[in-house]
Amino acid sequence: MSRKNKQETAVNKPYKKKLIKRRKPNRSIAGDIVLYVFLLLVALIMAFPIIYAVSSALKPLDELFKFPPRIFAQHPTTDNFSDLFVTMGKSWVTFSRYLFNTVFITAVGTIGHLLVASMGAFVLAKYEFPGNQAFFKLVTVAMMFTGYVTQIPNYLILNKLGWIDTYWSIIIPAFASPMGLFLMKQFMEGLPTSLIEAAKIDGASEWKVFYSIVMPNVKPAWMTLIIFQVQALWNNKASTYIYSEERKTLVYALQQIQTGGIARTGQGAAVLVVVMIVPILIFVFSESQILETMASSGLKD
Amino acid sequence: MSSEVVTRDSSFFKKYVTLRKHEAKITWKKMKLSRNCYLFLLPYAVLFTMFYVFPVVASIYYSFTYYNILESPRFIGLSNYISLILEDDIFLLGVKNTLLIAIVTGPLGYIMSFLFAWLINELPRWVRSVAVIVFYAPSIAGNCYVIFSVFFRGDAYGYVNAALMNMGIIDTPKLWLIDPKYMLPICMLVILWMSLGTGFLSFVAGLQGVDRSQFEAGYMDGVKNRWQELWYITLPNMKPMLMFGAVMSITQAFGVCDVTMALCGYPSTDYAARTIVTHLFDYGFSRFEMGYACAIATILFLMMILCNKAIQSLLRRVGT
Repeated sequence: MSRKNKQETAVNKPYKKKLIKRRKPNRSIAGDIVLYVFLLLVALIMAFPIIYAVSSALKPLDELFKFPPRIFAQHPTTDNFSDLFVTMGKSWVTFSRYLFNTVFITAVGTIGHLLVASMGAFVLAKYEFPGNQAFFKLVTVAMMFTGYVTQIPNYLILNKLGWIDTYWSIIIPAFASPMGLFLMKQFMEGLPTSLIEAAKIDGASEWKVFYSIVMPNVKPAWMTLIIFQVQALWNNKASTYIYSEERKTLVYALQQIQTGGIARTGQGAAVLVVVMIVPILIFVFSESQILETMASSGLKD
Repeated sequence: MSSEVVTRDSSFFKKYVTLRKHEAKITWKKMKLSRNCYLFLLPYAVLFTMFYVFPVVASIYYSFTYYNILESPRFIGLSNYISLILEDDIFLLGVKNTLLIAIVTGPLGYIMSFLFAWLINELPRWVRSVAVIVFYAPSIAGNCYVIFSVFFRGDAYGYVNAALMNMGIIDTPKLWLIDPKYMLPICMLVILWMSLGTGFLSFVAGLQGVDRSQFEAGYMDGVKNRWQELWYITLPNMKPMLMFGAVMSITQAFGVCDVTMALCGYPSTDYAARTIVTHLFDYGFSRFEMGYACAIATILFLMMILCNKAIQSLLRRVGT
């Protein structure tokens, strides 16, 4: 019924007639079919572990050990999740505290990074000043090695600052993540300079240009920085720089549950779902904006 | 005659100095004029220097010392490096494992990222966005890779074991994650599963931005099939993204440790799944031999930067 409607509207509006995309000249039908089947297969393989994780979080305990195993739960329950909260609700450091730690670290780290990196990216992208190019080169070099390289000196620096065993030991270094500055700068370069000049002629100060002209115009890049930062901080175990149990993050606490053996298998699966759901959901809701930003992510030399 | 040379030299030298001085003056003036720019950059620059630039320098410095946090660092020259390379068999094993993983998963993951980005490029819009989510999700799914330890469990309840036994390929369950023979391949598999990350997103976005008219022009000029189209039109247009993706995959490939630690244990049987980074953790945060750990970090740093530079100069030739 609805399909018929669609077809009718397609006939009525000739410019919407591209229901079936016009075939490109360089494509053979056989090749297309083979490729699509291949893609579908790979997509299934890629999705399988995640689907399996979700379904085993919904399985009651007796189904988890059933043999031969089934991929989908026959009697889905949310027992595992409620068990998880019961187990952690009475523990020494409560579930809500772990959750607070993670949310606090993620939120402050992300907002701070967004602000600090955008401010830097703005002047790097839109102004010429001595050291501009050199600094940006340095940032791209910093993207070429992992955080593990700097972990030990970082520990010593944080120790000197007295930040070991505080939230700041995770939050403040996260502000300086080179990836965010890089993506933001590349995206801001696409912003018309005339926009900024016009605002300046109208007498806007540098800061005003930044927060009322530039920032609203780079919203897609915000989302991108947010997803990368949330993903990094949400999954941060924070076990190297933080010792006190009451400041540890959710992921760390959940990993303790996963090591709890057979009896905790169901809860372990629930843990996986709790941890992975946040970054994936953010990505699902902001995909188009992220792709818009990534279009300018190229590394030119 | 010699005096003449000297005077000429000195005049040349003077000229050079005045020129430099002049340039420095201009730079200084420019810097003064763009004071606001520096103010904007300042917060990031300070943090970046503190947590990225300085640590690398410090790491190189400490790698020449013996340092255990309690005593002040004592300069011991190259002996950290010497004992790393000549005496520390486990480190060499770690290097071997890391290189193996990097050589297999780096290029393969990179090619996979591009291939799938390219294949889904022509799908209708909504199918494409679902496909992007499906392919990208593993890399942001936190520690979802732990689920593979269920698949590869060592007893007959592990799915892989059960499936292989039912098919009659093996008759006793294999200890996938405990037997050193199987550890690395399984880790590689899991890493490949997670390898469609940031680079993949960059490719997807980049492919969308390739100018359509170029394809039509190529068609006129006799491009016959999709492979020629890929090599002559798409790839040269994608060069900046290819560079970016390469940086991402190299960084990921050399930094592997999470997966091996979660699946094979830390330490793993016979250190068979030890990587450079796990060795670094071992010395840095278990034994507190910071000098030694910094030497490991410095070697890792050099490997990554050199590899990146080499790959970039290679990629510059794509499509030319």
